[in-house]
Amino acid sequence: MVLKTETFMLNAGPQHPSTHGVFRMRLTLDGEVIQDMEPVFGYLHRGIEKLAEGLSYSQNMVFTDRLDYLASMTNNHAYVVSVEKLAGVQVPERAEYLRVIMAELMRISSHLMAVGFLLNDLGAFMTPLLYMYREREKILDLFDMVCGQRLTYNYMRIGGVSQDVPEEFLPALKRLIDSLPRFIEEYEQLLMTNEIMLVRTKDVGTLSKELAISYSAAGPVLRASGVKWDIRKADPYSLYSRFNFEVPVGTKGDVYDRYRVRIAEMHQSISIIKQAMEQIQPGDIQTKISRIFKPAKGEAYGHIEGPKGELGFYLVSDGSANPYRWHMRPPSLINLTALRELLIGVKIADAMAIFGSIDICVGEVDR
Amino acid sequence: MSVFHNILPAVFDSAPLASDWPGGFWAHMIIFIVILFIFVIFMAMAFIYFERRVISRFQIRIGPNRIGPFGLLQPVADVIKILIKEDIVPFNADKILHLLAPMAAITPAIMVFAVIPFMNGASLVDLNIGILYIVAISSVSVIGLVMAGWGSNNKYALISAMRVIAQVVSYEIPMALVIIGVVLFSGTLSMNGIVQAQSIPYILLQPLGFVIYFLAAMAEINRTPFDMLEAEGEIVAGFNIEYSGFKFALFFLTEYTEAIAISAIITTLYLGGWKGPFLPPVLWFLIKVFAVFALIIWVRATLPRLRIDQVMGFAWKCMLPLAIINLLITACQVIFLPDLSQWVLVVANFVITGILIVLWSRFFRITGDKVET
Amino acid sequence: MKLKNYGEGIAKGMVITMKNALRRPITTQYPEQKLSVSKRTRGNMLVWDKSKCISCSMCARACPVNCITMVTSRDENKKLQMDKMDYDAGVCIFCGLCVEACPQSCLYMDSDYEKARYSRKDLKFTKEDLLMTEKSKPSGYYNPENAAKLPEQTLLIDRK
Repeated sequence: MVLKTETFMLNAGPQHPSTHGVFRMRLTLDGEVIQDMEPVFGYLHRGIEKLAEGLSYSQNMVFTDRLDYLASMTNNHAYVVSVEKLAGVQVPERAEYLRVIMAELMRISSHLMAVGFLLNDLGAFMTPLLYMYREREKILDLFDMVCGQRLTYNYMRIGGVSQDVPEEFLPALKRLIDSLPRFIEEYEQLLMTNEIMLVRTKDVGTLSKELAISYSAAGPVLRASGVKWDIRKADPYSLYSRFNFEVPVGTKGDVYDRYRVRIAEMHQSISIIKQAMEQIQPGDIQTKISRIFKPAKGEAYGHIEGPKGELGFYLVSDGSANPYRWHMRPPSLINLTALRELLIGVKIADAMAIFGSIDICVGEVDR
Repeated sequence: MSVFHNILPAVFDSAPLASDWPGGFWAHMIIFIVILFIFVIFMAMAFIYFERRVISRFQIRIGPNRIGPFGLLQPVADVIKILIKEDIVPFNADKILHLLAPMAAITPAIMVFAVIPFMNGASLVDLNIGILYIVAISSVSVIGLVMAGWGSNNKYALISAMRVIAQVVSYEIPMALVIIGVVLFSGTLSMNGIVQAQSIPYILLQPLGFVIYFLAAMAEINRTPFDMLEAEGEIVAGFNIEYSGFKFALFFLTEYTEAIAISAIITTLYLGGWKGPFLPPVLWFLIKVFAVFALIIWVRATLPRLRIDQVMGFAWKCMLPLAIINLLITACQVIFLPDLSQWVLVVANFVITGILIVLWSRFFRITGDKVET
Repeated sequence: MKLKNYGEGIAKGMVITMKNALRRPITTQYPEQKLSVSKRTRGNMLVWDKSKCISCSMCARACPVNCITMVTSRDENKKLQMDKMDYDAGVCIFCGLCVEACPQSCLYMDSDYEKARYSRKDLKFTKEDLLMTEKSKPSGYYNPENAAKLPEQTLLIDRK
């Protein structure tokens, strides 16, 4: 006798404690195993790309803060790299060093949040998350000292940065950098060899190398699958060719590898900041551009390595003060296209772990 | 019926204090039932407060400290808040099941306290089949959870109810087998007798049994790392999802009442109950109960949760064989070496425990693979 | 996956949690203890120094969300004077572009953060509310002389 079963549809809805933000997944389940998944997003669409066509290039900087609100400095950085490529503006050295320091601090902070929330989704009741937040508070205090805000910085300008750092910034940064590696080691010891973590994350959500490349994944998701591709080494922008650092690569592409890649990248960022702190010299911080900034007609695509992947801006200018087309390549959305492939055939508990390991921010996905 | 009449006097004859009370036997029973009830509810609220403060210290923050001095009135504020909320019943839900589920869940949890000795001989009823009564009663509470899951007309609750049946039923078996080990050493099923027979606490004589019982008990009461059922994050609080108001308060209290019950049982079976120097026995009992609960909180603060098939694999492949081997070794020790000094047995048991844990972790897998569709 | 290392990883994790439990908590109990904000903080209001203003309305033009409404006119000496300046703190995103755009450095951001009101109408300010008095505390954003007068920022890295 054959038992007849039916599949049912479960809505991991927009309000859910563990989808990071308003993201909806319609899952078709057979018992506990997922048969099909359909993502629905757009709950946070604000029309930023259209609004940006009505404002000038320097006023558009405030929109870039709000795209990926957890990593605003790297959004600012990507935008100024694109505009400078479009208009051919040179940036003084001290400004470049400050940009690199801010971008790497932002990368550490974003990876801390990603790792903390992954562990929260696995069920560790907020204890590792609060430890991560404690370290992130120290980084946010430094940002507060420089530009006055903790979340939407609006710090970089076309042709440099907006203000020089105060004198107490570099000693405080040195104290922070000296204390961070010890903390990351302690954190690794808390959960890296924990058997429950290993059992939950190894061989779960494996993304093979060919699939990762064909879905255009980027960032830690791509590097964990074994592809050694980092824009800071492959297409160096700013001053990254002057620092020596390594690019950590995983082997299998499961959740555990993505987690290890993010922690290894934090160590590499700390070493980049140390080298930048030694090499920085006093100097100018912004080249003067005209008050009404009108780049020549043309188009440009500038990209950087953000904490979530390749973050790029495509700008088309028609010679006036406002851009004609302003488009952003969202790393979270393009990484999410691989999600359906990863979720077929796993159980619900694993689905949340895989979703957390891709590390999205809905502000980028919906723009 | 005649069987029933024969059992009742035998059960009630073993209660020591009944005969010299004014009003006789039934007045004594009712007054102590009321006192026990108040004690259980009060201890549940104290445990809520204790857990929130201790978990906050693990997370380097201060817990609730605004309401009352040191935040001691926080559970009162929580209870008042829950009680004044609107009682919502979902549209297509089965009304009778929805109503009866919290009651079916909390009643067995409170009934366990009837046989736990707070002082020498001071339990509500000193049954001479005490531990058997506890094993029987504590398996009834799963019915309440399944009724809640089915009667809520919600898919999340249904998934949680299916998981709860699987988990609770499979962890009953190692629990019962390990209890037999304790009973073999003490020679009696009565809870007071087990405490009196412990010249050295049984945690030293049966370390493997303590570990197995601790993990199985945490799985019974749905605490981390086995709290798949109310995993906020995947199934958003499981069977609790459609409850609000007084019924939710009952579920919430059930969880903490079961935690107190498990701590009290572990104290009685393994840590020596009310025994101890200098202080009055009731105080020793409370100290030990809080210590066991602090251990449970420590585990909750650190570990992530397991997936449901890993939980089942752990029960059937690790805990059940180890429980059977524990029983075998205990039986051999009791039969063949009854006069050997107990300290020699302590050392021997620790060595055997170490060897068994190492062997099991080398050779057994506890999880399945990705399901092919 | 085997349970390798026989529970050793779990034990190490629990030791770390216990070590952290013995540290001093880092909570700041809010109304009784307050931290000092950064000297360059972009607070919740604007502060306007009327004596230096030349009514050029660069601040209103620089604003991305148009929260400053200015009406100017020329008086008898052909100098610009300000008739109306309305500032809507509910629309403002506190980006600081107006402070940077002012050529005379007469507009500052506030350094206070407790500016909640009960209704949205109370968040619209006219130019009299924005005037700098002894009680207003301008912050040091884009403004080094004000920054020197404010207290030091409390940093978490300096607490134990």
